[in-house]
Amino acid sequence: MAIKVQIPTPMRQHTEGKAVAESTGSTVQGVLDDLGRQYPALTERLFEKGQVRRFVNVYLNDEDIRYLDNLSTAVKDGDEVAIIPAVAGG
Amino acid sequence: MASFVRGLKCRLCGKLYPVEPTNFCTDDFGPLEVDYDYDAIKSVLTREAIAARPFNMWRYRELLPLDEAPLVGLQVGGTPLVRANRLAAILGVSRLWIKNDAVNFPTLSFKDRVVAVALSKAKEFGFNTVGCASTGNLANSVAANAASAGLEAYIFVPADLERAKILGTSVYGANVIGVRGTYDEVNRLCTQVAFKYGWGFVNINLRPFYAEGSKSMGFEIAEQLGWKTPRHVVAPMAGGSLIGKIQKAFQELALLGLIDQPRCSFYGAQATGCNPISDAVKTGKETHRPVRKPNTIAKSLAIGDPADGYFAAKVIRESGGWSEDVSDPEISEAMALLAKTEGIFAETAGGVTVAVTRKLIEQGRIPRDEDIVLCITGNGLKTQDAVAGCLTEPAVIGTSLEEFEPLLDRSREGQPLLV
Repeated sequence: MAIKVQIPTPMRQHTEGKAVAESTGSTVQGVLDDLGRQYPALTERLFEKGQVRRFVNVYLNDEDIRYLDNLSTAVKDGDEVAIIPAVAGG
Repeated sequence: MASFVRGLKCRLCGKLYPVEPTNFCTDDFGPLEVDYDYDAIKSVLTREAIAARPFNMWRYRELLPLDEAPLVGLQVGGTPLVRANRLAAILGVSRLWIKNDAVNFPTLSFKDRVVAVALSKAKEFGFNTVGCASTGNLANSVAANAASAGLEAYIFVPADLERAKILGTSVYGANVIGVRGTYDEVNRLCTQVAFKYGWGFVNINLRPFYAEGSKSMGFEIAEQLGWKTPRHVVAPMAGGSLIGKIQKAFQELALLGLIDQPRCSFYGAQATGCNPISDAVKTGKETHRPVRKPNTIAKSLAIGDPADGYFAAKVIRESGGWSEDVSDPEISEAMALLAKTEGIFAETAGGVTVAVTRKLIEQGRIPRDEDIVLCITGNGLKTQDAVAGCLTEPAVIGTSLEEFEPLLDRSREGQPLLV
């Protein structure tokens, strides 16, 4: 399934400058794993010991995946995933 | 003026970055923090040097992250530290002070401190357009300070914010955008806007500099207590940054030899309708569980996914403090209590702080015979509706003495002045 993934500006050096990357998978985990296969430098930056790092937020169609089923959240064709730095606001 | 800033440093991995408008580490997304040359600061910043300067936040300018003299917010800070004996008597404690940033200049909240630093830094970086995501107080402050600095401002707030806070932003000529969503959703939008348009967002790409401004509240508390720190500090928590910055301020003063090594416990105050950090402390979680839909009258604290939640919980735990949260009626009552005992009309967040302090004292978490400082961060005139339900409507009479005198009799009998 084709999923669009938004890449935050300072991370685009690891995605050949792409703001939006195409990825596939049936869950958010699968989508991010596939993204990591395409751009290996991203994986270690997004994950620590198999978990999304503390200061990274992942959204599926504008909803934070922590309010859904986390990395196990199912995705379908046309969904959009966004990776957004969490260190903001307050 | 010499700069004492060496660069930015990731709080997680320690990776160093040059001074630039960015807020997170590209290796692990960790927050960046300003790295100072404390040895150089120590050689110039003495109590005497500080005492010779005007009483505002810039008297501690070596410990604030500018490369040049401040350009924005030159009169910010220098707020009163009030000995609060009448409130202390009600709470049953012996020594209580209120750090009153409800009268900060120019927009009546502690946010003027962080904005003064952020917009001065924005000028240094050459930004012409600035912005923020805000629950209200920051919106007011960015708008006012940007106006005085001749900067264009785009300000994003949850659309359901108190009207006083929206008017108090628009009046300064800022572009105000009410977003249908929670603060966290506004914040996410702003993260995208900041990087897309290359603007200076005070709490996004200017955040490492911005956050340092809060330290000035801590510097002032220590100096106003006669160059010593209180044993206990209670602060409200929204994003969770302030409480850690007050601790950092005390630690820096000690590092420079301006005060003795502090022994201070920190207590964080939240509303029960949005309590991710107090929940983390009370249930022993290292990382807070975000709150999807905050529901509290303390809108200035309604951040469901606080950026500094992890660090705030750590400061509280490691300093021997604690955290509590209180209901909306408790918040309103505490606003009225502070006003009636000390003549200080604080906003809802102040009600949260007072009510949580009372709870912590009753729980025995804060002892009754040691120095306690409460941080009041915003002004009640901005959130008047929150307290209206606790107050008696004024009596309305004609112009004759005959109508006043029966009222006075009733008042002397302890009756409300109802007509």
